[in-house]
Amino acid sequence: MDKFYTTPEIIGERIKKYLKQGKRFDNRKTEEFREILVETGVSKNAEGSARVKIGNTEVIVGIKMSVGTPYPDSPNKGNLMTTAELLPLSSPRFESGPPKFEAIELGRIIDRGVRESKFIEFEKLCIKEGEKVWTVFIDIYSINDDGNLLDAAGIGAIIALKNAKIPKYDSKKDIVVYGEWTDEKIPLSKNIPLSLTVHKIGESLLVDPTREEEDVSEVRVTIGSSKEFISSIQKGESASLETEEFSKILDLQERVWKDIFKKIEKHLK
Amino acid sequence: MSKEFKRLDGRKVEEIRPMKAKVGVVPNADGSALFSFGETIAIAAVYGPKKMHPQHQQDPEKGTLRCNYNMLSFSVTDRIRPGTSRRSTEISKITQWALEPVIMIEDFPNMVIDVHINILQANASTRCAGINAAAMALAHAGIPMKNLVSSVSIGKLDKQLVVDVNKYEEDWEEGEGATDIPFTFTNDGKLTHIQLDGKITKEQLKEAVELAKKATQKIYEVQKEALKKVEGL
Repeated sequence: MDKFYTTPEIIGERIKKYLKQGKRFDNRKTEEFREILVETGVSKNAEGSARVKIGNTEVIVGIKMSVGTPYPDSPNKGNLMTTAELLPLSSPRFESGPPKFEAIELGRIIDRGVRESKFIEFEKLCIKEGEKVWTVFIDIYSINDDGNLLDAAGIGAIIALKNAKIPKYDSKKDIVVYGEWTDEKIPLSKNIPLSLTVHKIGESLLVDPTREEEDVSEVRVTIGSSKEFISSIQKGESASLETEEFSKILDLQERVWKDIFKKIEKHLK
Repeated sequence: MSKEFKRLDGRKVEEIRPMKAKVGVVPNADGSALFSFGETIAIAAVYGPKKMHPQHQQDPEKGTLRCNYNMLSFSVTDRIRPGTSRRSTEISKITQWALEPVIMIEDFPNMVIDVHINILQANASTRCAGINAAAMALAHAGIPMKNLVSSVSIGKLDKQLVVDVNKYEEDWEEGEGATDIPFTFTNDGKLTHIQLDGKITKEQLKEAVELAKKATQKIYEVQKEALKKVEGL
């Protein structure tokens, strides 16, 4: 990433000074998200899609499906592929070319949040055991990066999955009839996983960082969880955490989870 | 938690597989080490600090720690395609983050410290073995460090927590299945790395943290003993 575009140290110092008094530049509390806006069906040709805005941050998540062969170790289960692209359109920081670490990690964190929670019932995506199964592609694109792409992508992924329909499949010709859909939805479990990220700046813990806050964040912990269970965690950045701090992060995530879930619940019906 | 839980390889729930730690396994490197948990074997080699090339990647404020995790194609039963994958890219970065807090990286502006980790034989917990080997290799290379780090994976098999999961346990399917939680701690108990895949309650995760903390103390002793055997350190 070009140094030119990172947040100057003097702003970082000010962010930390403010946080010591529990304040943020945009007047939010440390546990408060920016406004979340969700729109579904943003692409007619996708099996399912969602646009998620958190403040000025925006991502689009699309679901496509295809029929392929199962992996040898799961002959009766469908497959999942999650990729993320940080489009040069969405920030002067992103360049075209092969995916860099940030994009790879984003895709993998969202993939694990969905996969490990067993949200998709992969057994039901088997067409013929050992031969034909559905593959679900979750593709994430950044449209505008103003911090916290991770959580926007996580919210987008579950909403896009929730409104996706399975395309028609001609078993005789062995082709997917793209552009025509069945009434069937992707089989999903009732335990909806939501992945949310807690950041540590100075001594403060906070959620939903802006670009500037994210730049000066010392540690982030992304936790994918449903109502009762945690199913994925990733700690990012190189500062260390005391055990007590880690406990606090878990408790904080639990509180914010309930709040955010309430806000997006209507899109998950 | 029942202490009578039977592990297939006969280990107690808090028992780590036999560990092996050896320093100086790659004579060409500035520092190197081997670390193994049972059949999982990792070697790490450190080159540097040296001038960072290309020059535009130099950081005038502090040095760069560059980790590279790689599995040999024959280290697992189904051959893996040589070269980097999305998985190895992520583990490389995670390793860097796990090690960086203990390295006095600010002493080396414009320089890079390369850490190459290779997995010779895999039976789960490869990233943990890699981090343990890398920490030792960095110390062996004489890189100024505040502490060592030690890494271990805690598994949850159905409802039971176990220390240092092997491949069989990683693929556990009964009951609630397997949850894999790799941790890295500094010797003074600071968490520098955690990941989690599976299904666990918040309360049990907190238990796992304590188990990992205890286990990494044992690993630390093994790492330290191996480093003591090096002459001139």
